[in-house]
Amino acid sequence: MMDGPAHSIGTYVPMIDGPEKVSGRAKYTADFIEPGTLAGRIYRSPYAHAEILAVDVSEAAKLPGVVAIVTGADCDKAFGVLPVARTEHPLARDRVRYRGEPVAAVAAIDDATAAEAVRRISMTVRELPAYFTAEEAMAPGAVALHDHRPGNIERDVLFELGSVEDGFAEADLVRERSYLCAEVCQNQMEMHAAVADYDRERDRMTVHASTQVPYYVHLMLARILDMDMAMIRVVKPHVGGGFGCRTETLNVELIAALLARKAGGRVRLVVNREETFITHRGRPETAIRVKMGLAKDGRITAVECECVQRGGAHSGYGIVTILYSGSMLYALYDLHRVKYVGKRVLTNTPPCGAFRGHGTVDVRFAFEALLDEMAQALALDPFAVRRANYLAAPGFTDNDLMVNSYGLPDCVDWVERESGWKARKGRLGPGKGLGMACSHYISGASKPVNWTGEPHATVKLKLDFDGSVVLLTGAAEIGQGSSTVLVQTVAEVLGLDLGRLRIVTGDSEVVPKDNGSYSSRVTFMVGNAAIDAAQTLKRVLVTAAARKLDCRPEDVECLGELYRAGAQDKGVSFNEVVTEALKDAGTITVTGNYSTIPESHGGKKYRGAAIGGTMGYSYSAQVVEVSVDDETGVVTVDQVWVAHDCGKALNRLAVEGQVQGSVWMGMGQAMSEETGYHDGLLLTGNMLDYRVPTIADSPPIAVGIIESNDPHGPFGAKEAGEGSLAAFLPALANAIADAVDLRFDTLPVTPDRVFAALEKRQRERRAGAKAA
Amino acid sequence: MARLLTFVLNGRTRTDAVPDNLLLLDYLREVLRLTGTKTGCDGGECGACTVLVDDRPRLSCLTLTASCEGKHIDTVESLAENGRLAAVQRGFHEKLGSQCGYCTPGFVMATEGLLRANPAPDEAQIKAALGSNICRCTGYVKIIEAVQHAARLRASGEAR
Repeated sequence: MMDGPAHSIGTYVPMIDGPEKVSGRAKYTADFIEPGTLAGRIYRSPYAHAEILAVDVSEAAKLPGVVAIVTGADCDKAFGVLPVARTEHPLARDRVRYRGEPVAAVAAIDDATAAEAVRRISMTVRELPAYFTAEEAMAPGAVALHDHRPGNIERDVLFELGSVEDGFAEADLVRERSYLCAEVCQNQMEMHAAVADYDRERDRMTVHASTQVPYYVHLMLARILDMDMAMIRVVKPHVGGGFGCRTETLNVELIAALLARKAGGRVRLVVNREETFITHRGRPETAIRVKMGLAKDGRITAVECECVQRGGAHSGYGIVTILYSGSMLYALYDLHRVKYVGKRVLTNTPPCGAFRGHGTVDVRFAFEALLDEMAQALALDPFAVRRANYLAAPGFTDNDLMVNSYGLPDCVDWVERESGWKARKGRLGPGKGLGMACSHYISGASKPVNWTGEPHATVKLKLDFDGSVVLLTGAAEIGQGSSTVLVQTVAEVLGLDLGRLRIVTGDSEVVPKDNGSYSSRVTFMVGNAAIDAAQTLKRVLVTAAARKLDCRPEDVECLGELYRAGAQDKGVSFNEVVTEALKDAGTITVTGNYSTIPESHGGKKYRGAAIGGTMGYSYSAQVVEVSVDDETGVVTVDQVWVAHDCGKALNRLAVEGQVQGSVWMGMGQAMSEETGYHDGLLLTGNMLDYRVPTIADSPPIAVGIIESNDPHGPFGAKEAGEGSLAAFLPALANAIADAVDLRFDTLPVTPDRVFAALEKRQRERRAGAKAA
Repeated sequence: MARLLTFVLNGRTRTDAVPDNLLLLDYLREVLRLTGTKTGCDGGECGACTVLVDDRPRLSCLTLTASCEGKHIDTVESLAENGRLAAVQRGFHEKLGSQCGYCTPGFVMATEGLLRANPAPDEAQIKAALGSNICRCTGYVKIIEAVQHAARLRASGEAR
């Protein structure tokens, strides 16, 4: 009796790198502590906006133990993730644009010496007017932060597809509301770190970095250091979370490299929590105005959305963010009259970036909150309103986004049923409420940031004499489970147990290039490339087995550990097949590739319409149950039900974990997280003032996995790690409205804000009673 | 000023000259290179550096090494026995109580401290014991399951 091929797809699989993590053996960048390593420290601007007249490092240089000091004078190259917006210097030159911007850096024999050296650095400047809100920065006469951006508008977006005026005329109810979402920060647990090692004899640079995008770091290192790319090696060790702040090269890794080259050695630069906050790349403060038309049958007849983002001092991903906010109005519901006006504004605050749910979250909050309010006004059930606006899939949206699989209806049904909505809504008692909302996200941007003509993803498999299969990938494991899912994928195709496979990631010297872990691209893109590689390897093995079994390849049955010619055949073992395959060929390596199809690249209907294009959209629906304490304004989330259409759950454990994590991160943004500045000085640079929910604040989150089996996804899979974040925010606001009949348009909905609103209503009621 | 200290670190008696102002976190990581214990904040905010001092969870970033004279210090490196994961470690691994893993050593040690004092905690006790540890990945749902799983593994004798 022979066992069949091993299967892991669709089951609960603990992370393959879990044992290292729970035992403390997993090494993160800051853990590479070797003798002779210099300590790096950064001197940061105390000014929000100023022209640099001089940076004085002479006192620091005199300090014994200081080995190298770098300033803007050491590097005139600019970096930036988007080829069209490379305007940031690792160390400010000529001008500083936010408080905390790096100006100089020191490498010294130990951290205390480096810290003392930084204290001895000073700068003289001519201060410029500084702008801490988008409004101030856009005001007439404001000084431009960047000369090429007069008016401080980084990007202006405008499109109207279909006539919104006609749509509003058709509606039974038209309503307009303004919303304000606070700036939030990823605040991943690992603070930014880089270890740069310069080999002066060979003119080679090795950088270990806490990044989601080792390839982008590689490109920017070459640019900033003006070195041949072949002379650079980037290593991504274990990474303590990212959530988007590490999807672009950060100044930390560039500064470490500049220091290492100048010192001719190895520099470890670990910034602290406050500096990690200042490095930022979070979600911008966003002001949104939405006008919507709703018909009595629940159809959305028109949407007009204006979105202004306070982007911070440099572009970063900004242009893409403001485009996502518009294009992703589509692909959730069937909309035909949409107008979008977007403004990305440069301000004297730390640069924003691509936070989980990039560009979609705040607009989705506004959209779903207004939809709920309008449904209530028309006495429509919020579930019925969603059902009245479903897309027909497969198909294309008005802005040419390709939708192939659409599990939203099943998501909506699941949360309605599991939450007991019909029986419980309106019957929970005073101060308690239920709210629902939906959201979606992409499974990787179809067009990569850097268009090189290469496949979107490449994976290599190595099969050698020992019968081990080694998967080589540049996909950045950052805790989301990419290594586990890729190993599962290859094992599934070959019918092998996971234990037979090994994976090597994160070292540019060994692994094929990968664009990185962002926009939820890895499972879809790299997963498909892994399937391609595994199928090629399987053909090699089957051919070898056919030789050994003296049969035709099409008659070979692959059972993973056994290859046989029919059920009566004793067959040959995997190891025997490997030995046969290696004859004459030697060690076997195969390549798997994946490229997106042109239909998924978005359209050309407006400038930037390609943003939002993907091979597959995930869908999410949520119901949130809250209790509101009308004495204190404290909102407690009692329970969340979330259904996520991930196409196919390749690893149910990981999907649940990703969905719960997204919902919870949405909860932080919705209820407590908010950065604060005083004249550009960050006031919330720690985890007490930047209030992250603790285990005591966190609700049970029931996850329903919806499998719409995407025709292009690996085994039908789509993304699972971002799409469920956005729906939490409006579902919470809608639940609070259900509980206490107050609609909140400002995030986060803190106890202070709830209390103030309750008080205001109390006063108005009293005044009303008096007047009566 | 440095002084000669004697304490029991991960089950072994150790005597070392330690500067008065050296934090336990820095002593473990930078001096002994026991990098399982993590630095996650600028002091007392996140719990990533949690170790056990005389079986009780302590933030090593707020503990002076000099205060540990004569005490038992256990870090995450001490838990596995002969290469087998301990119950708490298995709990976090098998139930996905760990994603990026950076907060995990702190959670593991806080949980180990909890289970040494209370082998069968209920959910409220788990939440109280882990309330000063921050995780940014899991939403804590699977961390609670991990702790419950660990308690079962210990109770059944399946793991230590």
